[in-house]
Amino acid sequence: MDDKFQPSRRLFLTAGAAAGGGLMLGWGAQALTIAPNVPLSHYVIVNRAGGVTLVSKNPEIGQGIKTMLPMLIAEELDVAWDQVKIVQADSDPKYGPQFAGGSMATPMHWIPMRQTGAAARLMLVTAAANRWGVKPDDCMVKAGVIHNGDRKISYGEVADDAAKLPAPDPATLKLKDPKNFTIIGKSKKGYDSPKIVKGEPIFGIDITVPGMAHAVFVRPPAFGAKVVSADLNAAKAMKGVKDAFILKAADYGNDWLHGVKDGVAIIASNWWYANRAREVLNIQWDTASGAGHTTETYAAKANELFKAAPAKVTSSQGDVDAALAKAHKQVSADYGAPFLPHVNLEPQNCTVHVRADGVEIWAPTQNPGSGRDLVAKALGVAPEKITIHMIRCGGGFGRRLENDYMVEAAVIAKKAGVPVKLTWTREDDIQNDYYRPGAHVRLEGGLDAAGRLTAFRQHAVTYTRDGKVAQGADVDARGILAVTTAHNRMAESYIETPVTTGYLRAPSSNLLAFVSEAFVDELAHAAGKDAVAFRLDQIEARLAEHPHTEAGNPWIYNPERMRDVLKIVAERSGWGKTQLPKGTAFGVASYFCHQGYFAEVAQVKVADGFFHVQKVWVVGDIGSVVINPSHAVNQVEGSVIDGIGEMYGEITFADAAVQQSNFHDFPLIRMSQAPQIDTHFHITGFSPTGVGEPALPPVVPAVANAIFAVTGKRLRNLPIRPGDLA
Amino acid sequence: MAYKLNINGKTREVDVDGDMPLLWVLRDELNLTGTKFGCGIAQCGACTIHLDGEATRACITPVSSVEGAKITTIEGISASQIGAKVQAAWLDVDVMQCGYCQAGQIMAATALLSQTPKPTDAQIDEAMEGNICRCATYARIRQAIKQAAGMATADTREV
Repeated sequence: MDDKFQPSRRLFLTAGAAAGGGLMLGWGAQALTIAPNVPLSHYVIVNRAGGVTLVSKNPEIGQGIKTMLPMLIAEELDVAWDQVKIVQADSDPKYGPQFAGGSMATPMHWIPMRQTGAAARLMLVTAAANRWGVKPDDCMVKAGVIHNGDRKISYGEVADDAAKLPAPDPATLKLKDPKNFTIIGKSKKGYDSPKIVKGEPIFGIDITVPGMAHAVFVRPPAFGAKVVSADLNAAKAMKGVKDAFILKAADYGNDWLHGVKDGVAIIASNWWYANRAREVLNIQWDTASGAGHTTETYAAKANELFKAAPAKVTSSQGDVDAALAKAHKQVSADYGAPFLPHVNLEPQNCTVHVRADGVEIWAPTQNPGSGRDLVAKALGVAPEKITIHMIRCGGGFGRRLENDYMVEAAVIAKKAGVPVKLTWTREDDIQNDYYRPGAHVRLEGGLDAAGRLTAFRQHAVTYTRDGKVAQGADVDARGILAVTTAHNRMAESYIETPVTTGYLRAPSSNLLAFVSEAFVDELAHAAGKDAVAFRLDQIEARLAEHPHTEAGNPWIYNPERMRDVLKIVAERSGWGKTQLPKGTAFGVASYFCHQGYFAEVAQVKVADGFFHVQKVWVVGDIGSVVINPSHAVNQVEGSVIDGIGEMYGEITFADAAVQQSNFHDFPLIRMSQAPQIDTHFHITGFSPTGVGEPALPPVVPAVANAIFAVTGKRLRNLPIRPGDLA
Repeated sequence: MAYKLNINGKTREVDVDGDMPLLWVLRDELNLTGTKFGCGIAQCGACTIHLDGEATRACITPVSSVEGAKITTIEGISASQIGAKVQAAWLDVDVMQCGYCQAGQIMAATALLSQTPKPTDAQIDEAMEGNICRCATYARIRQAIKQAAGMATADTREV
């Protein structure tokens, strides 16, 4: 907060501390609530001059949350948007859960943040009404000014009085009728954007603190490897280098998945000097434990596992074996998708100052709470002695749910005895990620004589780490295959891996949508039906047998919502009506995740042995309102292009060592490859959800299905490389 | 070794190894952190600066090679009329998601419009191909470039 800003008093409000710890994915929509009669607000500050500061509690990773959460408060507070100053919260238990993940911010905050604004408004209006001797209901507010008849008074003038009032019970607050919204549903530009275009230091990697040194950390060349020796003196003799030392994972009490790995740290006056000194370290590693953890070996193992009974049935309905046996037509296919990295463009970094009385951390993180726990354990410091400033992230995509770089920086800073900024190279990043796990999936479907899918069986080979299903490795099919069949069974078998895996934007869905919805296309083809009509028939037949009765539960697939977005995307794209030139075709797919329903049509041209996506039509149902349309459309466009980009590359392993290292061998999608995108939100009566993820999964099968429509070749394994379609 | 550099119209002196890339001179010696590190091998464009007006990747440009050249970074681009227009268009179109690559994108776009005031879509693709946006704001980058150029913003590529 700047010095000129002098709040008269913080108005009330609280975040009910929801059960902390763990990751966000399992948290329900009610995890954040506000409680009555808690005396201090950390969200709304009104100063005497009428300035309004709103605090954005969650990490900003480019999803636009720093702008969006305050929009919810400002709407109900009845202030003009250009009056509002936004500040980023630090990580603090008083805010309840603070994370960027699962597209959860909208479902979690849609009501509580509005209640925050409404409660503050009511207190301010009550203060004015008391001064005038009228009822609060007789007052109205416009742009932070309270009116009663001809009288008016600004929020700033009653802020002191309001701060003395008790906080209202949220249950008694009247929230606005959406038709009266003046901020929600209107595009607001990114709050930090004016700083970004000027190159101001707002990202984690831009942090500078007095007395700071720069660090690199050299991690093992293969997962599970240990450091044996290193020529530290050679590194220390290099220009600019101040120190070099070995870290042993065993000394820091963290497991190898989330904590400090073995390696060598180099400290220097300039990052480039530190990085250059890596070359002379001559590190000896013990890599024996990684032997055999090779991509081709995993593929061969998956084929073996397909021959045996699955290790675990994850869900089952009806009698799928009998239903498949008596099906009019059986269709089966094996699909595969690779491990993928996140590669947020700002390399992992963190700045830490370890003092005698505590630890101060500046971190671009999506999930500060788990970072605090890791640092507390590694340094033997009480969590409450650790301050974490959440700095804007140059991308997240799920990578920064993990805080390995935070605990590394903390351990290195403590040992170095000075504040340290640790910055990873791109090679460090690509070779030490928490990858989207790959999978091999066998799917079998049974069609009846009318071409309806009646039975579906899936056997997915996925991964365990230390004997537990690896992070992000759940491959339980959802969607049309599971929802519209009376007989189905999903099962898994496992390959043990030392590779660290995790959550990539739309985790599990980003792989499953490809597998499931490309297989749906195969079924439609086998049934001799149009791909949109096949899906609609499945949904209608299901609804005829079992009307959907769980519309009140946003986590349960609602076939009616999917039917509607499918129909609309078919109309908008001209599906079945557009004459396309030879070599060009449409493909369609639909998917439900993160409470959002998306149907997408891709127009793909195949030429010179490769594919080019020319246009994608997107129709999404994310509920009753699109809170910030500009950012929502940006997220959809980014998701669609990101999804197409995920079809280009892969991470492979040789004896647990990653074989890719930078953007020359892990290509990212570029400008000329990005299609035109037509985005339409279908507004429904359902509670709004987030849109950072659900538009991504369906584009991958939509493109794959279009490629089949052009070439007649079913590509069941990603990636697709230049020349593959020759 | 001491080097005298002309950065954003000011002379700055640094004493570093001649091999040090300009990126790390800017970031860690001069605290001009607007120029970003993304890959270190000229594959992503996050470190794009202007060297005598030409878009250049600072991560592979040794400091010893730039003495006497006019260096412009994102911190100084608003001094150029075209640069200021590009910045304004970026804000008006609301291009940013995470924003990390955008300094490099703005530098590349400004260099493009300085040489080609009314670029075609193909010329935009060619000029911007070296700049990755991991958030994939490519449609808005294209639109903002055209807006800064005072052109119609529709995407004219083959569909």
